[in-house]
Amino acid sequence: MNNSSSSGKTERILIAGFGGQGALTAGQIIALLHMGRGLNVTWMPSYGAEMRGGTANCSVIVSDGIIGSPTVSTNADVLIALNTPSLDKFEPIVAPGGTIIANTSIIKRGTTRTDVKFIGVDATNIAVALGNLKIANMVAMGTYLNLHPEFNDSDFEKVLNDRFGEKGKALIPLNMEAMKKGRV
Amino acid sequence: MKTLMKGNEAISQAAIVAGCKAFFGYPITPQNEIPEYMSAAMVNAGRVFVQAESEVAAINMIYGGAAAGVRVMTSSSSPGIALKQEGISYLAAAKLPCVIVSVMRCGPGLGGILPSQSDYFQVVKGGGNGDYYTPVYAPNSVQESVDLTIKAFDIADKYRTPVFVVVDGTLGQMMEPVEFKPVTPYQIDVDSFATNGQSGKRGYRNMVNSLNLSAIGLEKSNFELKATYDEIRKNEAMYESSVKDGDEIALVAYGVPSRIALNAVKALNDKGVKAGLIRPITLWPFPDEAFKLPASVKIVLVCELSMGQMIDDVRLALNGSVPAHFYGRTGGVIFEPEELVDAAIKVVGGGK
Amino acid sequence: MAIIYEKSKGLTERPLTYCPGCSHGIVHKLIAETLVELNLLDHTVAIAPVGCSVFAYDFFNCDGVQAAHGRAPAVATGIKRVAPESIVFTYQGDGDLAAIGTAETIHAAHRGENITVIFINNAIYGMTGGQLAPTTLVGQKTSTSPFGRNVAHQGLPIKVCEMLAAIPSSYYLERTSVHDVPHIRKTKAAIKKAFQYQVDGKGFSMVEILSGCPVGWNVSPVESMKFIKEQMMPYYPLGVYRDGGAEI
Repeated sequence: MNNSSSSGKTERILIAGFGGQGALTAGQIIALLHMGRGLNVTWMPSYGAEMRGGTANCSVIVSDGIIGSPTVSTNADVLIALNTPSLDKFEPIVAPGGTIIANTSIIKRGTTRTDVKFIGVDATNIAVALGNLKIANMVAMGTYLNLHPEFNDSDFEKVLNDRFGEKGKALIPLNMEAMKKGRV
Repeated sequence: MKTLMKGNEAISQAAIVAGCKAFFGYPITPQNEIPEYMSAAMVNAGRVFVQAESEVAAINMIYGGAAAGVRVMTSSSSPGIALKQEGISYLAAAKLPCVIVSVMRCGPGLGGILPSQSDYFQVVKGGGNGDYYTPVYAPNSVQESVDLTIKAFDIADKYRTPVFVVVDGTLGQMMEPVEFKPVTPYQIDVDSFATNGQSGKRGYRNMVNSLNLSAIGLEKSNFELKATYDEIRKNEAMYESSVKDGDEIALVAYGVPSRIALNAVKALNDKGVKAGLIRPITLWPFPDEAFKLPASVKIVLVCELSMGQMIDDVRLALNGSVPAHFYGRTGGVIFEPEELVDAAIKVVGGGK
Repeated sequence: MAIIYEKSKGLTERPLTYCPGCSHGIVHKLIAETLVELNLLDHTVAIAPVGCSVFAYDFFNCDGVQAAHGRAPAVATGIKRVAPESIVFTYQGDGDLAAIGTAETIHAAHRGENITVIFINNAIYGMTGGQLAPTTLVGQKTSTSPFGRNVAHQGLPIKVCEMLAAIPSSYYLERTSVHDVPHIRKTKAAIKKAFQYQVDGKGFSMVEILSGCPVGWNVSPVESMKFIKEQMMPYYPLGVYRDGGAEI
């Protein structure tokens, strides 16, 4: 948390990966979780040519005050990097004292920063072991939730239900299992 | 009950809540979420959605729908708005209410699809022919996009005029929590103007027309429009300002850049540079009132995602009282708060 | 005294402003009579174009809208979609419908809009002073084709009925003429059929009417009728180009 918005406590989160790794969805779920606690949230996708495949990232800002710019281009409190290019690109913008959550199934290096916390999670391999490559984002979100003990598993489940509705209902138990593997 | 929505989708839902009966549009990035949302939601609500063959056709379908006396909306982005200008001039001349959403992208020409504010002139100064204005609302959050879209329908009906809601691509794409409250729409007297094929029921026929070949007659209708515009100027200007006595610089920004400027203003104050922020919410009528500044304010810095457009109106509002400087990025580049801080420190004459 | 003829209630009291010998007056009368006979007048909206018939909203005794040049079918779409119980027709010339408004014409037909288009083909821009139209005949001199229409330079005249007949959603397309009384009667029948199809919700109908413009053509009214018969009709064959009702 830092105080870079106009008032109150703020968390600035950047989630990045290959298109299809679910970075944008993960960002929305994180925004919805905090929104459920009555906080102000913004979710801003990478926007432009990048939308058409390749890398995808989104900024999420959570605050109990007014949120200024919705883009996290500096002072990220949390970076969730699902692939190596994302770590390469965004590692420098993590705020001192911030946290990097890295998908170590793909990312074969640690951080070059000495002033940030680095948490590795074997997200893709865990997802594959659970039978669905696409839920690596849920594993990483579980790791993110370690930073937020105020959320319990049922908060997460409720958000998944709201986000995916009837159509995605069948997949929710698997997503929950993936999240729990990341949260331990 | 709040829901997390993209700006473009929230604007669409706001139109539905406001009682929009027909949407006519044409695909263009970065506003495609609006026609996509409307193509399902309007049909599900038993209302009209037509994907037109062109921007030109879409605005003329709007002309028809508005002429028939129902709430109508179209949306587009900068190059598409350029194509709609003739129709907007006709709508203004014929005093037909409608809402036009422009999700601005960068130009000129085909330009790019990234966010921009380089079409301030396009919506504020008009590109269509003749002496006309259109009210222009420029929200800076998803909730405000909802509130101002709903308001735009009322203002359109109240003054019988096309009304713009302008956002940049950032606001269209970003998600924030929004709440939709029940709406009591302004009640327009449809029988007084609508060509809805009910001359039998109402007992007289109506005509929607912008042609007047008599010089005196056309001048009279221009004076009538002017009287309406004067009323709008008097009643409808909106802005937010945090400028207070003791501030030495006022930053001016609208839309999402005003949120970046908000971060910059806080950083400036942290550095000991006393700064406030003026955020025009209506771009026309321009909130001149906001520029009656405390004597402590010696300089104004206008921050736009353009090469400098709103600054012209800021200077007119300031009327020479203090100098206005400009900081802008364009082409889809969005300035960072730090850039605005540096620019502000430079114009006030060094740091503290 | 017995009244043996009176002006149609479908027209207002306003005197027509068209030139002597112009066919607009004839077609206006046929439309007005049709609207009265089919009992449609009190729920009809007329869309006037830009061109000589720009003031049509002053003449038809129903709701009227003046549309931007070429955009009448889009305006008609807007009205008909939000007020489907109304009867909506556009009245357009060749410059309006087949040049600047070609896209709107084609796409109204393409969507099968349940509207009626009355298309006045007089092979010239009348209001602006007799310029070349997309329908100007080969060799025909106009103020912007002073040497006559030259195929190498301006192409062949556009055949609107034939073009729209290629569009699957067109329901009824007929080309008629008003150069003599028997053809005026046939035109009336076609107009009536077109409106009846709209009443029945059948979709897009258009009647193309070969019309005279003696002032624009620089000939006498009598000569203009001869021009339609001898010059226009061979290139623009009269007849039904599409009739969804007859194809069943």
